[in-house]
Amino acid sequence: MGLLDYFISSRSKGSANLAKERLQILVAHDRAARDQPSYLPQLQQEILAVIRKYVDVDLSAVSVNYEQEDSHEVLELNIVLPDTAQNQA
Amino acid sequence: MARIIVITSGKGGVGKTTTSAALAMGLAQQGKRTVVIDFDVGLRNLDLIMGCERRVVYDFINVINGEANLNQALIRDKRCDHLYVLPASQTRDKDALTKEGVDRVLTELSEGYDFIVCDSPAGIEHGANMAMYFADDAVVVTNPEVSSVRDSDRMLGILSSRSRRAENGEEPISEYLLLTRYDPERVANGEMLSVDDVQEILSLKLLGVVPESKAVLNASNAGVPVILDRESDAGQAYNDMVSRYLGEDVPHRFLNPEKKGFLSRLFKG
Ligand SMILES: Nc1ncnc2c1ncn2[C@@H]1O[C@H](COP(=O)(O)OP(=O)(O)O)[C@@H](O)[C@H]1O
Ligand SMILES: [Mg+2]
Repeated sequence: MGLLDYFISSRSKGSANLAKERLQILVAHDRAARDQPSYLPQLQQEILAVIRKYVDVDLSAVSVNYEQEDSHEVLELNIVLPDTAQNQA
Repeated sequence: MARIIVITSGKGGVGKTTTSAALAMGLAQQGKRTVVIDFDVGLRNLDLIMGCERRVVYDFINVINGEANLNQALIRDKRCDHLYVLPASQTRDKDALTKEGVDRVLTELSEGYDFIVCDSPAGIEHGANMAMYFADDAVVVTNPEVSSVRDSDRMLGILSSRSRRAENGEEPISEYLLLTRYDPERVANGEMLSVDDVQEILSLKLLGVVPESKAVLNASNAGVPVILDRESDAGQAYNDMVSRYLGEDVPHRFLNPEKKGFLSRLFKG
């Protein structure tokens, strides 16, 4: 460690903070994913199949999100429909 | 009834085998009848770290398959009366570790020992699952590094859902954090995650902090568990770890950089 480094070395300049921030996000994400009920992927498949009977959407059009809050769970279903009805005709 | 301890991590190369050898030796030195089992089938190296590789005749898989009995496979440590090693097979497939087989061996060992230390392979698949399934306690070995902390957290998820205790609805496995390869200097410079950073994320009981140390390689070169190197920082840190595991209240050491003179800090490379 040189003279200059000695004086400027401070806790804030290092990469550890960045590591910690990334980890917090990563771990929160992992934990949310593993707390999900195991039926979720199947549910997503079946909903997609039903929607496809009526509307021509692709695989990524249906997303199912599960979140656990303090007293209740939220199952969020998101379906992206094609732009307009005319496009389909 | 023996207490079964798994040394686990998810990520490889973080210090599980080093820790298994140290913990087993430390417990045995305190008079506890201890056996340490290598679950790393195909990549066995616990016997090397313990320095008994030339005395391996039969292994864990031989016992599971009924090709040898436990007494034939267990290797008694020459330095410590209460310590035995059950080596892994070098050649077999991980699938040879059947749940029934492992259960049978652990049950038989439980009769004659106080502690069974299970050195887990890396990963979250079969071998690692077998090492942790029957555990009462888990030591999650972690390096202060993003991927290692993340994998430790994933391991915690598995410990709490896929163990015998979880499946039987018993009291959960007691989980402990062991932070290894810790470099206090780099932590002080803000270049490495600190104990507190890691604890903020994992929040486990802290069993110890083992510094990055040259003594570890020296010990593995010689086939002597590093805990026997009483002069070394790592040896002392592992010794503290064993005392804490046995319930003693020992303050953590090696968390801060060694005090150096102002001048030596100025002129060091
Ligand atoms: N505290 C430490 N200081 C320096 N090197 C270490 C330390 N702990 C482990 N190592 C080294 O890291 C490598 C992996 O250790 P090992 O115990 O075999 O890990 P694992 O069983 O998790 O794969 C080995 O080369 C070992 O010498
Ligand atoms: Mg290992």
